[in-house]
Amino acid sequence: MIEQLFFYGFSAILIFAGVMVITARNSVHAALFLVLAFCTSAALWLLLEAEFLAMTLVLVYVGAVMVLFLFVVMMLDVNIAPLREGFIRYLPVGILVTTLIAVELAMTVGARRFGLDIMPAPVRQGPEYSNTETLGLALYTDYLYPFEIAAVILLVAMVAAIVLTMRRRQGVKHQKPEQQVTVRREDRVKLVKM
Amino acid sequence: MTLTLQNLLPAAPEMFLLTMITLLLVIDVSLPERYRALTYQMAQATLVGVAVLVLMFYPEQQVLRFHDTFVNDALAAVLKLAIVLVTFFVFAYSKPYLQDRNLFKGEYFILGLMAVLGMLVLVSAHSLLTVYLGLELLSLSLYAMVGLHRESITASEAAMKYFVLGALASGMLLYGMSLFYGATGTLDLAEIARYLAGGTGSDGMIVQEFAGTRPVLILGLVFILVGIAFKLGAAPFHMWVPDVYHGAPTAVTLFIGSAPKIAAFAMLMRLLVDGLAGLDSDWTQILVILAIASMAIGNIIAIAQDNLKRMLAYSTIAHSGFLFLGIIAGTQAGFAASMFYVIVYALMAAGGFGMIIVLSRTGVEADRLDDFKGLNERSPWYAFLMLILMLSMAGVPPFLGFWAKWSVLREVVNADMIWLAVVAVCFAIIGLFYYLRVVRMMYFDAPLNQARIQAPAGMRVMISTNALAILALGVYPSALMAVCIAVMQ
Repeated sequence: MIEQLFFYGFSAILIFAGVMVITARNSVHAALFLVLAFCTSAALWLLLEAEFLAMTLVLVYVGAVMVLFLFVVMMLDVNIAPLREGFIRYLPVGILVTTLIAVELAMTVGARRFGLDIMPAPVRQGPEYSNTETLGLALYTDYLYPFEIAAVILLVAMVAAIVLTMRRRQGVKHQKPEQQVTVRREDRVKLVKM
Repeated sequence: MTLTLQNLLPAAPEMFLLTMITLLLVIDVSLPERYRALTYQMAQATLVGVAVLVLMFYPEQQVLRFHDTFVNDALAAVLKLAIVLVTFFVFAYSKPYLQDRNLFKGEYFILGLMAVLGMLVLVSAHSLLTVYLGLELLSLSLYAMVGLHRESITASEAAMKYFVLGALASGMLLYGMSLFYGATGTLDLAEIARYLAGGTGSDGMIVQEFAGTRPVLILGLVFILVGIAFKLGAAPFHMWVPDVYHGAPTAVTLFIGSAPKIAAFAMLMRLLVDGLAGLDSDWTQILVILAIASMAIGNIIAIAQDNLKRMLAYSTIAHSGFLFLGIIAGTQAGFAASMFYVIVYALMAAGGFGMIIVLSRTGVEADRLDDFKGLNERSPWYAFLMLILMLSMAGVPPFLGFWAKWSVLREVVNADMIWLAVVAVCFAIIGLFYYLRVVRMMYFDAPLNQARIQAPAGMRVMISTNALAILALGVYPSALMAVCIAVMQ
């Protein structure tokens, strides 16, 4: 009972935060609402006893990704007005598509097909059960191949980011550590007889 | 399954490729600028190595590995060979183009190899998860390659468009997959097929009649098909194709337009035929609409283009429509015909974009149709090669493209859908117009300039081999066709 109460509470906050992300006028506020959305989803995962995923969501998304996001949003100083010009114009089409998808989903993904009688709630595990250990075992055995591919995708992202952003401009003053550490006193200091 | 070397060997091509990619990354960084060609040579050597490994571990029967997330069968092996072969040609064509434009960096080849790895994963996928990850690996590499030319505004715009729309399509695909996972409780494609067939699950339990979850599955199917249609560039999800083909550097367009189509076909086969065969009556209808829309939009709008890259982009859309025909037929012969079509198309596309590179010079992008005016006076040999490529794409006998069109149309007729075949033939005839226009310009118009065509010798040999192979295979199409039919049985 109390658990259901928590569930509905967090779900309501999550939906509210989700709506605010796309409607907030200030992009910093939007980013902060996204943080709220992540935190409440993490809470929902905790209710499902998926502690590891909940913690990762908070650490990785809230802690790293969103902080970076906020930096970018603040540094870019995006002028939001031109982006909003089309808002009213595209609103009818947007509402039409959203309603259609919502109706379709309501017709298919409802309690009738995914109710507790068809999909029973997962068994509650005791305190000695480690979610992290189970997840680790599954990742490195059953899902080893997808896990490796995911790692390669991260490598691609790294290479792509470097390719797209690194440029050697002429006339920029760099530090050259390899030369700095080998410098000798004679190179820099000259004794002048006065 | 225990992880012994013996067990991992079916995935040897992928493992070798990944090892070489990481090795190349390290070597390329420490390479002085004047030895850059070494990266290119090693990339080509890697492709040859992958092809050799695919042949060495050519499977006698279907082999499942890595807890059934990886499959190696004849289909995978043949498609992998085709991908590697087409990529080999693409890299060879790209080299002079990149060198002329100060784009000759190791990253083009490294990202290209990563895309190839993604394609191999996709071709060998046996689980929704592997399909998705392979696709992402492929797409992410391609997005970065489109944006490789940073000074070009059109390239950056194309990369941005491709990335945003591609991410949206991936999201659609993933959502469809999640619906399937929710309804069937498994990611394994064979398990999903068994569920749809109403057989027994892996735990020996009789799977309940799936009528109850049918609406969920249909909704998931629609999302999955949207994702596939986007990646294949089929109408009405084709909006990105002309802009990306036009905006990207020609060397990258060449790559996007050729080998990934084979991988997209593999994705179609793995998802629809291996996994969702039980829903064939539903996806056939959707594919019919996609096919007709693609053939109509591709062939009609291509007429209005004056840029060869845009024209070939619309031609890609039209060809993806034809590709669907064999799968719509729904028979093994039909799948074989589609497979034949996609391999042939990838070869033709590589040749077509390769010709643009041949005519391009330092600072000049020969991608307008006007650049091909009077090509016969400037170089009869290249005009002849282009003639082969254009007539083959148009589907004029005896070139290879004709047999590709003929085989899919024959299967559609065999499946008692004569009206669809008639529609397809009508659009093919409309398409003939714009291919023949290029031929007319080459042979009957006066050239706009007399600049010498300065393609290096290696490039000349490769493009001649490519075009002549299309001619030769057109005369003897039965060999390749026999391979495709054998694979599907």
